[in-house]
Amino acid sequence: MLEPVNISLEALNLSTLMPMLIAIGGGLVILLIDLLKDNLDKSLYVMLTILILLVDLGSTMGITYGVTQKGFFELLLMDGIAILSQIMVLVASMLFIPLSLTSKRFHEYSYPEFFALFLFMVAGFQFMVSSDNLILIFVGLETASLSLYTLIALHNRSNSFEAAVKYFTMGALAAGFFTMGAAVLYGISGSLELGQIATAISERMSESGMMALLLGGAGLLLAAFAFKLSLFPFHTWAPDVYEGASAALAGYMSVVPKIAAFVVSMRIFEMFIELQVHWVQTMIIVLSVITMTIANLMALVQEDVKRMLAYSSISHAGFVMVAIALATDKSNTGVFLYYALFMFTNLGAFTMLWVSRHKNRVHHARFDHPYEKFAGMIKIMPMGAVIMALFMLSLAGVPPFSVFWGKIYLMSATVDAGYLWLAVVMGLNSAIAAYYYLKLVVYMFLREPSSDINQKTVYYNVSRPLLTILGFAVIVTIGSIFMVNPLIEYISSMVQASNFGI
Amino acid sequence: MDSILSILIFFPALAGFLGFVVDKNSAKVYGISVAAIELILSLVLWGKFDLNNAGMQFVEKIDIIPQFGISYNVGVDGISLFIIIMAALITLLGIILLRDDTKNMKNMIVSLLFLEMTMVGVFLTLDAVMFYLFWELSLVPMLYIIGAWGGPDRVYAAVKFFLYTFAGSLIMLVGLLATAYLYHEATGDWSFSILDWYTLELTETQQFWLFLSFFAGFAIKVPMFPFHTWLPWAHGQAPTIGSVILAAVLLKMGTYGFVRFSLPILPDASVTFTPFIMALSIIMVIYTAMVAFAQKDMKQVIAYSSVSHMGVIMLGVFAMNAEGLGGSVFLMLSHGIVSGALFMLVGVIYERRGTKLMSEFGGLAASMPVYATIFGVMLMASVGLPLTIGFVGEFLVLLGFYHVSTLGTILAGTTIIIGAVYMLVLYKRSFFGPMTNEKNRDLEDLDKRELTALIPLVMIVVWLGVYPKPVLEPIDNSVKLLLSQMEKKAISTETKEAIVISKKEAK
Repeated sequence: MLEPVNISLEALNLSTLMPMLIAIGGGLVILLIDLLKDNLDKSLYVMLTILILLVDLGSTMGITYGVTQKGFFELLLMDGIAILSQIMVLVASMLFIPLSLTSKRFHEYSYPEFFALFLFMVAGFQFMVSSDNLILIFVGLETASLSLYTLIALHNRSNSFEAAVKYFTMGALAAGFFTMGAAVLYGISGSLELGQIATAISERMSESGMMALLLGGAGLLLAAFAFKLSLFPFHTWAPDVYEGASAALAGYMSVVPKIAAFVVSMRIFEMFIELQVHWVQTMIIVLSVITMTIANLMALVQEDVKRMLAYSSISHAGFVMVAIALATDKSNTGVFLYYALFMFTNLGAFTMLWVSRHKNRVHHARFDHPYEKFAGMIKIMPMGAVIMALFMLSLAGVPPFSVFWGKIYLMSATVDAGYLWLAVVMGLNSAIAAYYYLKLVVYMFLREPSSDINQKTVYYNVSRPLLTILGFAVIVTIGSIFMVNPLIEYISSMVQASNFGI
Repeated sequence: MDSILSILIFFPALAGFLGFVVDKNSAKVYGISVAAIELILSLVLWGKFDLNNAGMQFVEKIDIIPQFGISYNVGVDGISLFIIIMAALITLLGIILLRDDTKNMKNMIVSLLFLEMTMVGVFLTLDAVMFYLFWELSLVPMLYIIGAWGGPDRVYAAVKFFLYTFAGSLIMLVGLLATAYLYHEATGDWSFSILDWYTLELTETQQFWLFLSFFAGFAIKVPMFPFHTWLPWAHGQAPTIGSVILAAVLLKMGTYGFVRFSLPILPDASVTFTPFIMALSIIMVIYTAMVAFAQKDMKQVIAYSSVSHMGVIMLGVFAMNAEGLGGSVFLMLSHGIVSGALFMLVGVIYERRGTKLMSEFGGLAASMPVYATIFGVMLMASVGLPLTIGFVGEFLVLLGFYHVSTLGTILAGTTIIIGAVYMLVLYKRSFFGPMTNEKNRDLEDLDKRELTALIPLVMIVVWLGVYPKPVLEPIDNSVKLLLSQMEKKAISTETKEAIVISKKEAK
């Protein structure tokens, strides 16, 4: 006869599970509303989603700071970086979801399922970042990814389906790599918890053949995350997927999934680096250098602004990946600082694309946002041109705009760790990148507008919520100099609290 | 008025923001008023400046990112004081010289005011990150000025200008970050304050690499040979106002960077690199002078001659003695005024004729006597005729450099001769001789607008040429302080010997 299992409620520590439960419950509520009453406007769902995310944010912040908490059969780990990244995911989601309030009707937002899926995805990311158990990380990753594929496909266009299928196939491959890598680690240690894996590996480090096993484990995991972070050579899906997805979703994809993937990479790869598995570090550095360089070179030749931004976000991810290889407190702080600032600028840039989006391709047979569309924008709509130029300069890393502070902090972390040459490479890559951002600025300010473009055609999709979001992005991009200090202070306290890095 | 430096930096920026609202027909008057107030403020600063104090004055410090050691930190000494005044003056006169029918006048004025903020900011800030911030930010309005009002290849020239400088300064940024890290290692504090860095002891290897990284940023800006290729493009395509500010002020950022960063922070490396810099500078001086001689376009002659003179400034900076360094700071001022004026003059004739080719002109002295006179004065100043502003600086630099290398001085001295040759040839071809082109016969002489812009420069050229003392003295004080700091900080005895603070000590 089986022993009755006794679990005390305190050991479950349900408060750690609260944030995800809120997001999932919220998604179910939205589905329920749809069941009870038809034909409700999308604005209702958008506002509900924002409120649910807000409650979610509140409960995340409510979890005691600085104390690492475990909960739910030791599966959940609420340490500093888990809370921090959840906050960033939630804030980014709250900023991106109002982008569905466009003035033109887009098919996908008429389904409440869109918003429910969105909330499930957020819950998935929350699970992913707040666990050190490979199974739960995998579950979170797949929940989020499957929802995301569907969200992309909901944008009713042939190349959206293409994008979703492409992303799905690639994602499935990555999932395969992840499970195989996890299996190898389980074989080594008999556990799926990163802490125990680390202990087991360090004990068995001297055994012969151990390195080959680790090569399998860490290498497969690295490949899996290279897919998710769009690192070379697994980056090729990104431009097509960004192009197929709506601009709003593409902007979201360039930030939130990456934050989540970076947090998990931090947990996994910095463990290996701490265990003195040197080739992991070398490999990550090599990957990130190649990623930034290749993506920058590819971005130079793009004809479409959205594809250019896709390559640019690949390059930014490569830039940040350096921090994972350094594995210091400062570099980990840099990752979050970078994405906290990059988030707003990229949000702004993609919103500008979204504002100017037409249902059909009116400017170019192949692309939605060719450079020509922006030609002479300063004459047609000076404010819009100035704002877009601001985002471009910020992405290029011109001080004092937001991304510059992230760049300087990460470069400083690189210099501190003794990798001067790497810092120079990062600097030179920023200089290459300046060219393609500048290309758009040149089109907007120094070219003549083509005759059939006027304010109406560019501001086609504008609405008040979109302008509000743009306003947020502009304020943060310009005023970032005053936000950097509190951000660094908060982030580094959280990072140090989770006792990470070497 | 303790915060006069902040007012100097942010007044033009604020005025630039407000300028968006001003009606486009009144934009020029608005620009002139703002630039005039800025000039008056900078003169007030001179008036309040304590001439006996060689150190930093009017220092303000506000922490912005204390976690990372970045603060808003400004101060002025004898070296930066006059560059600020020169920048304000050139901006004002440049705006006066703008034609009333310039297209998009409002955008032009707003860009110029933002540019003025960044220029003043670069020279006043004492924090390395703020320095970098203003340095990079100055590229943006200049990109727009060249790209929007320039010649046929303006977009290429503007982008080339931007990318060249941007790439160099990112390498400089790595150097700045490394210095901050070394400071952190030494003291446990994060600081980007230059004054803190002056006290930092660095080994010779560290200095060597840091010098190279600073060099990448500054040398491109100067521009040193062989990094000068962006400049002829920029000058060739830029509108008059763009060339004036580029030559007069923006290039000085590079030499100023050497004076403010490389020398005092890295004294040993500066001395080690002196032969290298000297060689580059001498090549630059002679080579660009010869290139200038071969040009057919008046503006290109002046552009190359301006590069050639920047080489002389570099020689002075690395002479490591009070005469050379003081002379080169003075030469920065005189170069700003003279080359600014020459570019203005070329702009004047370009507006009338739509061409800058020397072959199109000839006998201009007959139809435009006043113009010819002012051109002549500026040309003499550029060549370095005694009793003009150009002579004082050039003489001091060569005098200072003589202590370092006799041969180098002789080689550099030949530029005065080559300079005289190409400048006089330019003058001869354009202003004297028979009037071969009928179009030149009825050209109008300078009008009131142009005279207002040019006469003050002529007066300064003569005044400072005859009586440079009020400017030279504060410069000299600060330069000596800088050299003594260098000497104190230097670790090798060779460096200490190379640095000569005053002649008496040397003997």
